[in-house]
Amino acid sequence: MSVTSIGATAVHVDAEGFLTEYDEWDENLAVQLAAQIGIELTDAHWKPIRFLRTDYIEQGETATLRRVSAQAGIPIKELFSLFPGKPAKKMAYIAGLPKPRGCV
Amino acid sequence: MRRLVILGGGTAGTMVANKLRRRLDREQWQVTVVDQNDVHAYQPGFLFVPFGTYQPAQILKSRRKQLSRAVDLVLGEVDRVDPAANTVTLTDGRRLAYDYLVIATGTSPRPDQTPGMLGPQWRKSIFDFYTLDGAAALAAALRDFDGGRFVVHIVDMPIKCPVAPLEFAFLAEAYFRHRGIRDRVELVYATPLPGAFTKPIASAELGAMLDERKIAVEADFMVERIDPDTKTLVSYDEREIPFDLLVTVPLNMGADWVARSGLGDELNYVPVDRHTLLAKGHDNVFALGDASNIPTSKAGSVAHFSVEVFVDNFLAHIDGKPMTGSFDGHTNCFVESGDGQGLLIDFNYDTEPLPGMYPLPGAGPFPLLRESRFNHWGKLAFRWLYWHMLLPGRPVPLPAHMSMAGKHQPATEPDKE
Repeated sequence: MSVTSIGATAVHVDAEGFLTEYDEWDENLAVQLAAQIGIELTDAHWKPIRFLRTDYIEQGETATLRRVSAQAGIPIKELFSLFPGKPAKKMAYIAGLPKPRGCV
Repeated sequence: MRRLVILGGGTAGTMVANKLRRRLDREQWQVTVVDQNDVHAYQPGFLFVPFGTYQPAQILKSRRKQLSRAVDLVLGEVDRVDPAANTVTLTDGRRLAYDYLVIATGTSPRPDQTPGMLGPQWRKSIFDFYTLDGAAALAAALRDFDGGRFVVHIVDMPIKCPVAPLEFAFLAEAYFRHRGIRDRVELVYATPLPGAFTKPIASAELGAMLDERKIAVEADFMVERIDPDTKTLVSYDEREIPFDLLVTVPLNMGADWVARSGLGDELNYVPVDRHTLLAKGHDNVFALGDASNIPTSKAGSVAHFSVEVFVDNFLAHIDGKPMTGSFDGHTNCFVESGDGQGLLIDFNYDTEPLPGMYPLPGAGPFPLLRESRFNHWGKLAFRWLYWHMLLPGRPVPLPAHMSMAGKHQPATEPDKE
């Protein structure tokens, strides 16, 4: 765990750069986190990001791709086009949450 | 009379029934197991059926005979549970009342969840091996296969026995080599994970084993559909993997009655406290084995270790005392790697699989995360242990909690991805 600066904000992150403190995140920070991985946030991006933030509080863990799709009503295909390549990981990164567990 | 109803007479349900029957007063407690049929399959044996190592009859026994005579077995299909009324209704209308409920109906492969999987190519060029029918059909297809693109594929995690697809790939590679047709087979391993396995150190080790065997890995591959006409896997991000023979692990889901009863998450797994396995929002419902949503492998070893912790907790709970035992997510899996060799991995919620020796530091005899004949023999010997020690609920001299003794933490971790 280390401290890094995103824009003007100092935040705690893990070895891969995922935020480790839920409360250090705000929507302004999300915009900058998204920019770091080449994503410009639109309304379509915000819907799953906000779902992830709320769901994490209720469930205590980061929602899987399938859960985001089922609960937030967004087709998996759309999540792949919004967050290309690794949508579950990219959404968690932008939402300031731990990487979703791989479910060993 | 107080009533304990256990839904599912598989690995977890059978162990719990036998262990609790011994500990609960027969005058005061009735223990009932509900299952759809009287056939208990040794599921780790399915892996060997496609290669002709086991015949189907060798891995099937009567469920009734695995249960203590003082346990009632009801054959029937669960329609739904009404947790407010403490009743289970079966599809034929029978109703069972309970004071405590254990959900142990596991997880099942659901080929119906991927468009095109159950089409004209199902069991022709598309096979699964997590069902006995599938494994037996695949045995015939493997015998007839004489070259082409052979794809081993996982739809999504979590799956039952997450190392089994890797084992299957290793065994298939050895099988083709022994038949002298390895040079005519292109082997591909397609996975939704970023690498061979979920945890970094094991993923690096197992990934290197795939490389050595010239098995190409297609990582981060989330299948959207299968085109049965062109025999192609198509992912959500529009990558395509053509196949001549596909061995897929369909989406795994908990039982549909769990969803109908309002007890499940989006994959019909029962949300539970990960240390006590008590269903969230209920005080008399537990979920054991593959049926719960705990973040471990869905594996018999997890069922075994968690049942050890659960039994004492349950006895405290029914007396109104706090549950002091805490399941740590302990998992232990033999991984067949072909040519009479195998690996062993041992881990829990917090510690990933590490190299070392198990169960005794230094002496083993089972090396962790390294190929060895001992691990292959351990895997084969486990079938006897399963029927004669685990299911009857006899004490197995392995601690329920994971131990760091004998494990080595590598000085530098490999890249996490």
